[in-house]
Amino acid sequence: MFEDLLQHLGLSAFSLKGFGPLLLKGTWMTINLSLMSLLVSVGLGLLGASAKLSSVRVLRITAQVYTTLIRGIPDLVLMLLIFYSLQTWLTSLTEALGWDYIEIDPFAAGVITLGFIYGAYFTETFRGAILAVPRGQVEAATAYGLKRFQRFRFVVFPQMMRYALPGIGNNWMVMLKATALVSIIGLADLVKAAQDAGKSSYQLFYFLVLAALIYLMITSASNVALRWLERRYNAGTREALR
Amino acid sequence: MYKLTIEDLHKSYGKHHVLKGVSLKANAGDVICLIGASGSGKSTFLRCINFLEQPDDGRMTLDGKAVEMRHDRHGMHVADPDELQRIRTRLAMVFQHFNLWSHMTVLENVSMAPRRVLGVSKHEAEERARKYLNKVGLAPQLAEQYPAFLSGGQQQRVAIARALAMEPEVMLFDEPTSALDPELVGEVLRVIQGLAEEGRTMIMVTHEMAFARQVSSQVLFLHQGLVEEQGSPSEVLGAPRSERLRQFLSGNLK
Repeated sequence: MFEDLLQHLGLSAFSLKGFGPLLLKGTWMTINLSLMSLLVSVGLGLLGASAKLSSVRVLRITAQVYTTLIRGIPDLVLMLLIFYSLQTWLTSLTEALGWDYIEIDPFAAGVITLGFIYGAYFTETFRGAILAVPRGQVEAATAYGLKRFQRFRFVVFPQMMRYALPGIGNNWMVMLKATALVSIIGLADLVKAAQDAGKSSYQLFYFLVLAALIYLMITSASNVALRWLERRYNAGTREALR
Repeated sequence: MYKLTIEDLHKSYGKHHVLKGVSLKANAGDVICLIGASGSGKSTFLRCINFLEQPDDGRMTLDGKAVEMRHDRHGMHVADPDELQRIRTRLAMVFQHFNLWSHMTVLENVSMAPRRVLGVSKHEAEERARKYLNKVGLAPQLAEQYPAFLSGGQQQRVAIARALAMEPEVMLFDEPTSALDPELVGEVLRVIQGLAEEGRTMIMVTHEMAFARQVSSQVLFLHQGLVEEQGSPSEVLGAPRSERLRQFLSGNLK
């Protein structure tokens, strides 16, 4: 249908040459993968940040090792390491136990890997944001008898989001683009789809530009969402008026 | 029977011994003012009463009932964490810098703890909030405002309403007018005076000597972590015995 529309408009040069569904699937894969990884990494980030700010030494050290290692090694290396070694370990485990061969689902592996990597960046984002919440805010919550989790839910979290959102936006953009790495573990994301379409139609440049435009559309939409979140969490501050 | 007693409270930061055995006895309806130079330990003492600071040692009774304590290497804790939570709801605190939750409207600030801690329904908590906001003289249309858009005096009155909404047995005031512009001090002091006249039990750290003289039933002068003088305001402020208190008062009255 889209194809027809382009032809009617005399834009046949911009036709998708029958690769529309492939690109659409790739785009969906990229979005799906990014959102799932975001969920995992935000969860890990919150855990990591609380561990880093905990009074328990073992937790602090564990979180420190996590962020230092992950942030110091290229995503690609980590992806290969985690994906392939996970499979190897699992295979030797199932062999040792005499079970059937279990293959790790590439999508789940991609989500876990990306979530694990970006969880380290989110840990730092959230740690800084939690520290930026004025002490008196938490103190008042303590003095009025709120329990630890209530203090987090009703006071710390809504206030730290003010400081965390710019960093969250950053991490999200970087992660969205890093999903392209999953093509090496066999997932057909947007980049992979564009490459395949480009190679089969001998128009690689055209399809890559198309992919770039689709990425730009997704990031622009995210910017709108982020702007909305920032306005929402900045309610009550004078900056919100601007 | 005393409403609240604190006995022989000790607190150190590292090697620095801030409180060296401070005691206080409050009857219901007492207004006790803690005065002293900065660094005398008066704020730390007040903050130890609701365990915002961890005391090292001491005893506490509330309504004649001793609070059971437990010691570990970090200091002294209330033995039962739920008991600590309950104590905090019975002692409401007003801070020097108000500490209103900046992401919540005035109404949300005042109704939050009654809802989340005391388990009052949303509707009832908001009714209660409006009642106490009215009591501290805040215009009803300010209830939907955020704290950042109010004057310091208005913010502190909201903070007092927040404390009142817990319907506490004792109110703790930590220098409630020290962060205010001079022209805003009066409106806050008038509200506190009104509460004192209602017979509320209050413990207040303050530098407002005229106010302490007028309102309090007991004045404690702290110096280097000890109660140097205590008694009725006319005794302590009118006829200071020690040289240090005389010096402190002459410095404060100028």
